[in-house]
Amino acid sequence: MTMWFTKDHEWVRVEDGNTATVGITHYAQEQLGDVVFVELPEVGRSLAKGEEAAVVESVKAASEVYSPVAGEVVAFNKDLPDAPGTVNTSPENEGWFYQLKLDGDPDTSDLMDQAAYDDYVASL
Amino acid sequence: MSEPNAESLKSTPLDALHRELGAKMVPFAGYAMPVQYPMGVLKEHLHTRQAAGLFDVSHMGQCRIHGENRAEALEGLVTGDIQGLKTGRQRYTLFTDENGGILDDLMVSNAGDHLYLVVNAAVKDADFARMKAHLEPRGCQLEILEDRALIALQGPAAAKVMEHLAPSSTAMTFMTAGPLEVNGVPCFVTRSGYTGEDGFEISVPADQAEHLARHLLEQADVAPIGLGARDSLRLEAGLCLYGSDIDTTTTPVEAALTWAISKRRREEGGFPGADFILKQREEGPARKRVGIKPAGRAPARAHTEIQDETGRTVGEITSGGFGPSVNGPVAMGYVEAALAEPGTPLQLIVRGKAMPAEVAALPFVKQNYYRG
Repeated sequence: MTMWFTKDHEWVRVEDGNTATVGITHYAQEQLGDVVFVELPEVGRSLAKGEEAAVVESVKAASEVYSPVAGEVVAFNKDLPDAPGTVNTSPENEGWFYQLKLDGDPDTSDLMDQAAYDDYVASL
Repeated sequence: MSEPNAESLKSTPLDALHRELGAKMVPFAGYAMPVQYPMGVLKEHLHTRQAAGLFDVSHMGQCRIHGENRAEALEGLVTGDIQGLKTGRQRYTLFTDENGGILDDLMVSNAGDHLYLVVNAAVKDADFARMKAHLEPRGCQLEILEDRALIALQGPAAAKVMEHLAPSSTAMTFMTAGPLEVNGVPCFVTRSGYTGEDGFEISVPADQAEHLARHLLEQADVAPIGLGARDSLRLEAGLCLYGSDIDTTTTPVEAALTWAISKRRREEGGFPGADFILKQREEGPARKRVGIKPAGRAPARAHTEIQDETGRTVGEITSGGFGPSVNGPVAMGYVEAALAEPGTPLQLIVRGKAMPAEVAALPFVKQNYYRG
């Protein structure tokens, strides 16, 4: 299991080489503040890398979530729309957004591993 | 958004306290202001509705008007009946321009031997200049209160907290005003606010403000509340934000603030734009400010396009977001007058998609003012 991060503070966890789970990072939820709304992609939707996949809104503002990798949506977090605060309390576990079926090895060339992302956040 | 030079920002007398409390400071109307504390906007909002919140609103403009004809003179600039405002009473009113637009909304109190005014931070310099130019030739003097902080204490527990610090505050009712010693400090206090809750606004000498704020925060029910929650509280209460919901392009009639034009002033006029405003009141405006309740959970922010059921553009959201007490999205905006009835179905265009919504009666939450 490998976790990768984007500069826009999305995370992607590649589970078994075939499935990837996407969410936003602890840093992202901290910056957003209390999350009050999420809009998630429908199952079956095909997402290109970098495509706008979801929306997350806090009391302050709306922001887009861009898919860190390409693939087809096979699931979304059904509990999240009714309990958007989960993004604040458990951003990198229970607050996941959606799952993708990958088409071969994901392109991670522009993504950061945990150590690189931690350094990146520390530099902000 | 460009980041204004931090050095050019003014700070309030409570600046050091905000930073010590862990506030996130943002530029607002030329001041460094706390937008939230570690509690966060959502909990700060709910805390204010359940207990009491302390707000630093020292950025707002405070002034006094002196002179024998002060009430009559001020009436030349505002829509309210100031001559009929009794000592110890406060009134919400509007500065209008010659076209009937709104230059600012403000609170006026009759302090006996002078009038005490609170105006919005973003336009206070223009307000002060306009008042000075109008009042001085009429034998009145404008005294700008630069050396006073303004602290709002809002929420159902505010009265109990104030009773402890200023026992005679219990005699005050909603929209009353007067000098009061708070914790031994001579203040000018009004029983009013910007949250829809019972509460007080305390004008305190700047050099005593931090001590008083700390003392208030030591009370069990009181938490510091930032501008973020101030905005969601006032939106749920249906109160206008100058510069968003009202400005020089909106009239008091369109803004559904006709009640801020006192009866005598409707009959006599004599305020800037009176002819246009009173004619519009008779004939009915083309558009009206209304509350809007989005049907789903997605907030509709300011500048969201409003359509009728057929997809025709009928207006725009001027304030919108998540209402923590409503536990859902709430908004205000202008729609064509024919669509202003509560219950009228609308569509809001959010991220290119039409979201169902309807016109809602304001306020979104019950007002908890103390009327005695």
